[in-house]
Amino acid sequence: MMITLSQLLIGSVDLVAAFLLMFGLWRMASPVTAPSGILVAGVGMAAAVLASFFYVFDIEAAAKPYLMLNIGLAAAALLLGGGLAWWGGRKVAITAMPQAVALFNGMGGGAAGSIAAVELFGGRTHGAAQIIVTLLGALIGSVSFSGSIIAWAKLDSLLKKPLHVPGLQVFNGLVLLLAILAGAYLVVVDTAGVAPLLPKPELIEIFFAIALVYGILMTLPIGGADMPVVISVFNAFTGLAVGLEGFVLQNPALMIAGMLVGAAGLLLTLLMARAMNRSVAKILFASFGPGTKRKQGAIKGSLKPVQASDAGIFMRYAKSVIIVPGYGLAVSQGQGKLYDFVKLLQAAGVSVKFAIHPVAGRMPGQMDVLLAEAGVPYDLIEQLADINDAFKDADVALVIGANDVVNPEARTDKTSPIFGMPILDADQAKKCYVVKRGDGKGYAGIVNPLFYADNTFMVYGDAAAVCVSMAEAVRGLGAPAAAA
Amino acid sequence: MSFAISMGGFVAIYLFMVTAFAGWVIIGGVPAILHTPLMSGSNFVHGIVVVGGIFTLLNASSGAEQAIGFVAVLLGAGNVAGGFTVTQRMLAMFQTSGHAGAHHAQQHKRAKGAKGAASAVVKPIARKKA
Repeated sequence: MMITLSQLLIGSVDLVAAFLLMFGLWRMASPVTAPSGILVAGVGMAAAVLASFFYVFDIEAAAKPYLMLNIGLAAAALLLGGGLAWWGGRKVAITAMPQAVALFNGMGGGAAGSIAAVELFGGRTHGAAQIIVTLLGALIGSVSFSGSIIAWAKLDSLLKKPLHVPGLQVFNGLVLLLAILAGAYLVVVDTAGVAPLLPKPELIEIFFAIALVYGILMTLPIGGADMPVVISVFNAFTGLAVGLEGFVLQNPALMIAGMLVGAAGLLLTLLMARAMNRSVAKILFASFGPGTKRKQGAIKGSLKPVQASDAGIFMRYAKSVIIVPGYGLAVSQGQGKLYDFVKLLQAAGVSVKFAIHPVAGRMPGQMDVLLAEAGVPYDLIEQLADINDAFKDADVALVIGANDVVNPEARTDKTSPIFGMPILDADQAKKCYVVKRGDGKGYAGIVNPLFYADNTFMVYGDAAAVCVSMAEAVRGLGAPAAAA
Repeated sequence: MSFAISMGGFVAIYLFMVTAFAGWVIIGGVPAILHTPLMSGSNFVHGIVVVGGIFTLLNASSGAEQAIGFVAVLLGAGNVAGGFTVTQRMLAMFQTSGHAGAHHAQQHKRAKGAKGAASAVVKPIARKKA
């Protein structure tokens, strides 16, 4: 078979694009080269998208009469989808980025599912292997699509509580089995020439419907604290679906990029789950949070509120302060104000460090991004394993908008849903200030005994406002050279 | 020698295997600090699905196929554009704090020009492996 000029062109550009995507991802895996990595990958992507319009020279005979309309539709879809997402991605707040990633990831899954749908409805698959791969990609892509949308809704607080219905996991298993059976039946109908019970398009519709419902059902019972892992799983899912559809379309660029993300996403998922000391299977298939009814041991002590200004002044005269930021800081956009306060402490000779829990916030590394935005230098930011021993020597642990990641119950209480998760030992500091908006529970929905400990004091209020008050109180003391 | 791309089962599986291994290795040494941007970046990379969407839409020969193909391109384009902007914005912040790290390094008289900045930034990885 002779290769046409357009095929040669698309083939070469896709080859370069696949390399650039891979090279870009590699650069993104190191802090020094990361900012250029996304640009490299972006160039590859743009080239591949532009080159794909050369497909017009090699389209199927049946599509020829529709060519002009199809080109118009493709251009319109590119501009509309790309434009809206570009605008949304520019506008979204740093704190809302986990939701945004979930949403954009769901779109990728939906695109892979749609491609599979066209292949299936149009009867374009040939042989058992191709239809099996198409169906597999369709199933994974659809689950990623509907599941990511639920994950987005949960992170965006549109859906508040995880759904807990007894036996839901068993029911979900049956739904998945049903989807697989529907797919298997389609394969049999397609390859063995058996007369189907229903017309084939309806069978395909039922298959997609079940797959989409499964994505929703599997995500609904998962608690918000586990959402980062779930998004990572769906990210890997979408990659896998894209890779599989790439095989169906005989497009190696899709195969390579998809499988690359599939494997990378899987490893990222495992790294995150390990940081939470939870197995991925447990997160995906076991209930988490208030659904598992249990009696929490009686909590000794009381909540002791103090003024933000008092807390600020106390820290001004401390030797060492370790700050534990959490999602509450992100919500109030208080990172800049917090760093202002930290600079005042440093000017007064206080040693300040930030302790980052691997799953602080709603996504691993989200706190690092947030503090980076405020301009906090890297060497003030320590990860859990490196700083945890330092808490017992610290004068003050300042917990801002974090809860479950400093819950000492995780060390001791075997019945706790977060038992076994490594936590930051804020309770071991000589004094602990907790900045919180109210007495609410953390995302895992459990009471935190740290707040009731003898050496813990509560500073109620919005994290940004509290940081401003603390800074004002310290400034009110006058020049830092006057003391210490 | 033919340049036409056609891939049978085993070649495809080999390609998948090698690529999966590459993906695993690429992510292997990543510090926790980059987990979120990297998830977002890999999210952008699978946006290549839009190319498959364009191929499918251009070959559509019925109203239903055009409609579904349109959705495929629309969603794929959203994945690409959104994934890029979000990742780029996140990583741009790391760039500024890279400079902040350099300033800090200079205070401690450790900086050696651009390399000083690099060493200050790379530190988390070294710590993680230790």
